[in-house]
Amino acid sequence: MLKIFVTKDNLPNLVGRLMDGATVLGPVKEGEAHRFRPLKKAADLDLSYQNSRLSPKDLVHPHSDAMFAFSLKKDDPEAGILKELPRSADKRLVLGIRPCDAKAFRLVDVNFLTDTYRDPWWEARREATVLVGLGCSRPCRSCFCTAVGTGPFDETALDVLMTELEDGYLLKAVTEKGEALLRDAPQAEAATDERMQKAEGIAEEAARKISKPFVTEPIKDKPQTELFSAEFWEEVQFACINCGTCTYLCPTCWCFDIQDEVHGEEGVRLRLWDSCMFPLFTLHGSGHNPRNQKLQRVRQRFMHKFKYYVDKYGDGPACVGCGRCVQYCPVNIDIRRVVAMMSASCVCPT
Amino acid sequence: MHAYTEKIREAARRLLAEKKVDGVIGFRRGTLPLMNEPVFVRHADQVDQLVWDGNCGVNLANYLTKRKDRVAVVAKGCDSRNIVVHIQENQIARDQLYILGIPCKGMLNRRAILKALDGREPLQVEETEADVTVSGDGFEQVFPRKDVLQDNCKICIHRNPVIYDELLGDPVEEQKDVDRYEDVRRIEAMTVEERWTYFEELIAPCIRCYACRNACPQCYCPTCFVDESRPQWVGKSLDPTDTRTFHFLRAYHMAGRCTDCGACERACPMDIKVRQFTKKLEKDVKELFGYEVGVMLEERPPLDTYRPDDPQDFIR
Ligand code: SF4
Ligand code: SF4
Ligand code: SF4
Repeated sequence: MLKIFVTKDNLPNLVGRLMDGATVLGPVKEGEAHRFRPLKKAADLDLSYQNSRLSPKDLVHPHSDAMFAFSLKKDDPEAGILKELPRSADKRLVLGIRPCDAKAFRLVDVNFLTDTYRDPWWEARREATVLVGLGCSRPCRSCFCTAVGTGPFDETALDVLMTELEDGYLLKAVTEKGEALLRDAPQAEAATDERMQKAEGIAEEAARKISKPFVTEPIKDKPQTELFSAEFWEEVQFACINCGTCTYLCPTCWCFDIQDEVHGEEGVRLRLWDSCMFPLFTLHGSGHNPRNQKLQRVRQRFMHKFKYYVDKYGDGPACVGCGRCVQYCPVNIDIRRVVAMMSASCVCPT
Repeated sequence: MHAYTEKIREAARRLLAEKKVDGVIGFRRGTLPLMNEPVFVRHADQVDQLVWDGNCGVNLANYLTKRKDRVAVVAKGCDSRNIVVHIQENQIARDQLYILGIPCKGMLNRRAILKALDGREPLQVEETEADVTVSGDGFEQVFPRKDVLQDNCKICIHRNPVIYDELLGDPVEEQKDVDRYEDVRRIEAMTVEERWTYFEELIAPCIRCYACRNACPQCYCPTCFVDESRPQWVGKSLDPTDTRTFHFLRAYHMAGRCTDCGACERACPMDIKVRQFTKKLEKDVKELFGYEVGVMLEERPPLDTYRPDDPQDFIR
């Protein structure tokens, strides 16, 4: 596949060209944090970022998404009938996404795009999105992507992988879509052997820096019931305040809720991010909630990612090791520690 | 400050051995620099997990709501005030609690330190009375402790616990000449439009995760108004009207109940200064009712009582 090199000075021209063909979204600094936003100009892009505070999942799975509209007008013959709203499928390109976050889209595909059901909202945006990823040459200590089957330069979920070299970026097409993007890149230079070697060195060095705080294999072999009833959940759950931060920041948490909102005589049916940490999560119409205790909610988060998903789909785990939940949990519940306990089924709290 | 660690362990060991409590709520060493984790210690052999340093900012009163057992709890000044409110509001009974009071000189603001490090990752943190030394790959930076305290700690006037069964150190000097409301006055002085814009910008990054609500010991309604769905009280999307409604209502529900412990701000994943709402209410409650929240156990909260000497005359 095609590989090119673009100097740092020439990158804005390349970004500008890409912006001619599609909406380009990239990491933009807002306050102290970066967030994926549509670029208004090439200079808004900040590739010096570590990672975005909020994962880019909202680009495909927004916090709130109006699916249907309905009218409640008395004299409207179609009152109360749900009408599907057009699904946005504008072509867009996500520039500078980290390989872990791209991999997260793949993991969510497994759930939303199955043989029996294809989620049209997810699918429309997913298909319209091209991913130009930026390899992670300075990984954080709280990242653990290599422990969960991905890596700082994992290209498997990308269309193009970029590697930052001293004087520019090496861009490597991974898919046909990616190849098409690079084919007419302005001011492209040759990806010489020397540059390729440098890029490989950077990738290896980055992977070496990443810690492997646990192994996931033993979790696969354990019966669900054994993990479910493990004593350590009691200790793990204590500090949790069910704030939902971990799930809102997480690139692989896909759970959603559906609610109607009515304004006057018009209404919309929305799908909204949900979280296993929230009181409405799995609340039945009868008023019963099988997960009304904090322990059950906390356990659900870890079991879903590291056991149910794996058992159900023969894939995963449903975590890419981005470390957001580790960094932003206000009470320091650390998934690395919890998964190590699941893996060892250590019943003795450390 | 670290001397507290030994004292907490000693008290915990003793209380558990004497079966005075079913467990001790404190902190254990975190997995990240500048983070500790609240922990519930039930057995003598877990007592050595307990630690104390500048990373114990989480308000432990949050773990007391509606408990049925008898617990010891480690409490800074602010925690102790929230405990008072909890007792006043019948969330826990005084005789269920054994309060281990910690005279406090302020907790560290992890976000502010990370901001100052500008992308350099902290790997080690050393604290002394005066300084905080943070080091990582190829760098070491010393911060005067007072510069990197949580915003609410910088202006705290109740560093000593207001209620306790045992005080684990000598009382510390309370901060004098603190201007608690400099920022509130600045906002009060704005025109209506400026103020509107100020708050709109403040909450623009909000993702409605409600971490601010959950971090607050005083937010314990069985069903929060934002979660009501039959019927909804407030829309669930990121529509600005709904986000605004959430923030206004949350704040008003805290009038006369907020101790300015900073738990909300500390938890917000989007760095939103949510105390900007509650501080105004705190100031009003102080000016209108002469009341400071959670300082006197025997005093009824201002919004559930009436006094003949009320400074306003409209009600007489
Ligand atoms: S569980 Fe945590 S580390 Fe794993 S993908 Fe989600 S936010 Fe990242
Ligand atoms: S971020 Fe931490 S406290 Fe909040 S819900 Fe997740 S695990 Fe619980
Ligand atoms: S914690 Fe922050 S982002 Fe979450 S609801 Fe509160 S203000 Fe909004």
